[in-house]
Amino acid sequence: MKRTQDHHRRHGITRRSFFSGAGALGAAAALTNGTALSALLPTPARAAEAAPMPGGTMHLAAPYGSALKSLDPHATWRSQDMVVSKAFHRSLYSWDTSKNAPAPDLAASVTAEADGMTHTYKLHDNAYFHNGRQVVADDVIWSFTRVMDPDKGFPGAALVANIEGADDYAKGKAKTISGLKKIDDLSFQIKMKNYTDPGLLFFDGVTSILPKEEVAKPDFLTHPVGCGPFSFSQHVAGSSISGKKFDKYYKPGKPYADGVHFVITGDYSALDMAFRSGELDATVLSASAYALYKNDAKLSKGLVEVHELFTRHMGMNLKMKPFDDEKVRQAINYAIDRDLIIDKLIKGKAFKAVSWLPSSSIAFDETRKPYPFDVDKAKELMKASAYPDGAEVTIWATNGTNGTGVAQAITPYLAAIGLKVTLKVVESSVLSDALHSGTAQAWLYSSGTGPDPIAALRDFDSRVTRAGGNTTGFSDPAYDKMLDDAAGEVDPDKRRKLTMQADGYIFDKAPVWFFNTNKAVVATQPWIHNVGGNVTEAAILEVDDMWLGKDAPGRS
Amino acid sequence: MALVILRRLAQALITVAVVLTLVFLLFSVIPGNYVSSLMAEKRGVDPAVAARIAASLHLNDPTPLRLWHYFVDLLHGNLGVSFSTQQPVTEMLSGRIFASVRLALAAISFAIVTGLPLGYLAASRQGRWVDGVAMVFAVSGLSVPAFWFGLLAMYVFSLQLGLLPTFGYGGGDLAHLVMPALTLGIAPMALLARTTRAAVLETRNADFIRTARSKGMSEGRLVRKHLARNAFVLILTMIGLQFGAMLGGSVVIESLFAWPGVGSLLIQSVGLRDIPVVQGCILVIVLFFLAVNTLVDIAYLIIDPRIRYK
Repeated sequence: MKRTQDHHRRHGITRRSFFSGAGALGAAAALTNGTALSALLPTPARAAEAAPMPGGTMHLAAPYGSALKSLDPHATWRSQDMVVSKAFHRSLYSWDTSKNAPAPDLAASVTAEADGMTHTYKLHDNAYFHNGRQVVADDVIWSFTRVMDPDKGFPGAALVANIEGADDYAKGKAKTISGLKKIDDLSFQIKMKNYTDPGLLFFDGVTSILPKEEVAKPDFLTHPVGCGPFSFSQHVAGSSISGKKFDKYYKPGKPYADGVHFVITGDYSALDMAFRSGELDATVLSASAYALYKNDAKLSKGLVEVHELFTRHMGMNLKMKPFDDEKVRQAINYAIDRDLIIDKLIKGKAFKAVSWLPSSSIAFDETRKPYPFDVDKAKELMKASAYPDGAEVTIWATNGTNGTGVAQAITPYLAAIGLKVTLKVVESSVLSDALHSGTAQAWLYSSGTGPDPIAALRDFDSRVTRAGGNTTGFSDPAYDKMLDDAAGEVDPDKRRKLTMQADGYIFDKAPVWFFNTNKAVVATQPWIHNVGGNVTEAAILEVDDMWLGKDAPGRS
Repeated sequence: MALVILRRLAQALITVAVVLTLVFLLFSVIPGNYVSSLMAEKRGVDPAVAARIAASLHLNDPTPLRLWHYFVDLLHGNLGVSFSTQQPVTEMLSGRIFASVRLALAAISFAIVTGLPLGYLAASRQGRWVDGVAMVFAVSGLSVPAFWFGLLAMYVFSLQLGLLPTFGYGGGDLAHLVMPALTLGIAPMALLARTTRAAVLETRNADFIRTARSKGMSEGRLVRKHLARNAFVLILTMIGLQFGAMLGGSVVIESLFAWPGVGSLLIQSVGLRDIPVVQGCILVIVLFFLAVNTLVDIAYLIIDPRIRYK
């Protein structure tokens, strides 16, 4: 419970605490919506933590796929790759799971200047790459510039693009990024294009700080060199990857473990077996495994539940009938019993969505109530709509519980209000193409809705293309202005209120059926300690904080 | 024999070219490409970045042009560079081929060592309880899905008995190989048992066997000289087909056991629409199948010289 208590001790809203207040806001929201507080905040696996013990090798899972996409952290934004890159690389920030907010990582200090857009950083003077060279300001500038390289097409470019001059560099109009300025070997400045907290952008592996001289070597893609807590030792592509403790890691005494070993697999059943047999110290769980673990007296003690910042929804193409009518969209939100679907189909491994922003978002409005299950109200809205006799709807979904499973579950509810559903089962990349080209009528999907709430709400900005995230084709100048006002507000409290207002607008206009936000669950063994719940992606663990107890198999 | 090998090589070249062309064309017509797979990920990619990636990978070039470049590179021994890892495909495949072949060899060895004696035993005790038990075992092996058998093996050997590691490649040790090999080998084993039984029964009732027996040939000599040799042609065909299909058919097993083989790379690459890697994997699988079956053809000539004259 220590983590939860820490959460409640925070007071006031400063620029930084605007974001670090996420947990408290989320907690309040959860209470308002009748959700258990413990289910909303990252739930620590065990309350009592003894003094960390050094030594041993941690055995963890790199889930979701049968192979890593790339060992170059700039080249991949897949969760599975980032699980691993966290062990070998560091960024300017990391996600502090105890505060549910970004925290400086390689940056020893960050000072926001008076303009609210310029940030001065000082790096730790004891941070080294695995090749023994010190991490300096030039490395940050070089790494961010590499991410923006137009020839590389790195995914992190969407984040670095928030720095002044980054776009000009990417377009070839400038030779450097003007918003990045070196002060001395350990100090530099970042000038943003807006008031976005850089911490919300530069904590993922895609903005890792890398050593130029190592990246230039041909074997960097197979033997990565970073400045993380573990140095690379072996990669069996499609099976496992491991690292050994980096003795010159900048955090004194860390990492606690001598080594880390990730099994790479996308098979939840195998992960479950391996965890139960004690071969894994921690792993994420599937919905069916969660139902079993939760009801097991022993296994349930080690569960870390995380309210991830992803919103599952049924998107509706507003340029297609019958979704061009707001009343139909609202009727759908009233017509479906989400509690039942979450309980029976998702096995309780989700939180009911209220609006687009999850209740763990820093700009979630705790006073907002979700659409209730009210069939009469739904029928009333349908009758008042342009489609009183109903309509035919084709829902695109990928195969699986959250795709075809949910589509089948909502079909009878929609039939009750006159919407006849046809299910179209497709592969994820086909669905992606359909969303971006505007050919799908309705679809089941999960979108990232944090940590930056304004960026999440840009999914309904009329100036954003479908391929850019506005898949529903929502277009409303009044809404665009709300977002611009929020983004242009330097005062954090006002900014949060404006963001809430924009989220409320989306709630009313209902361009999607708000289904749920993911409850990610990490199962931990009794012998592993300090496993935090990361709302940005639960499988990404802060491996430098974790340690093994004396009875851990990884010590033998 | 040289003529047979040459003819086989010519056939193999045509087969490889046809298969690779078909796969390439298939990936050109089905919806989605590497860029859309990136945009389908949990955190989407900026459209401007996606457009740059598509251009740099020549994804917007006409299909015939891309196919032409692919075959020109292939003729120079260049399988291309992976879209996702940026590594040469040959590099990515090299380690995985060894792991896949190792698994396939272990699985087929298990299938042969178990299936052949079981089938022979059943045939020699035709109609008795031994025959019944053996065939129930064989049918079960064929009907149980490999994925389920693998999970069952994990439950028994890893979770309950703690004898074997659940998954992974380890250092390439035997302990990590046992369960995937058993799981991959169970269906071929069952098929071999049934084939062996049928082949032995058919051969045992042949005229030349009756003649040999009536001449007073001992049962052991009869089996060695006549029965085994004639029955083995059919069995060998089955071994060849099963072994040849193992590289491509081990996808589920490799994924379940986190085995670093070609199959799991193929499935991952199909999802990512990483065409150079998909083509590389298909090439390896087809070549393996053709090589195994060519070896089987050569083995026919050695086992049954009459085939030579046909």
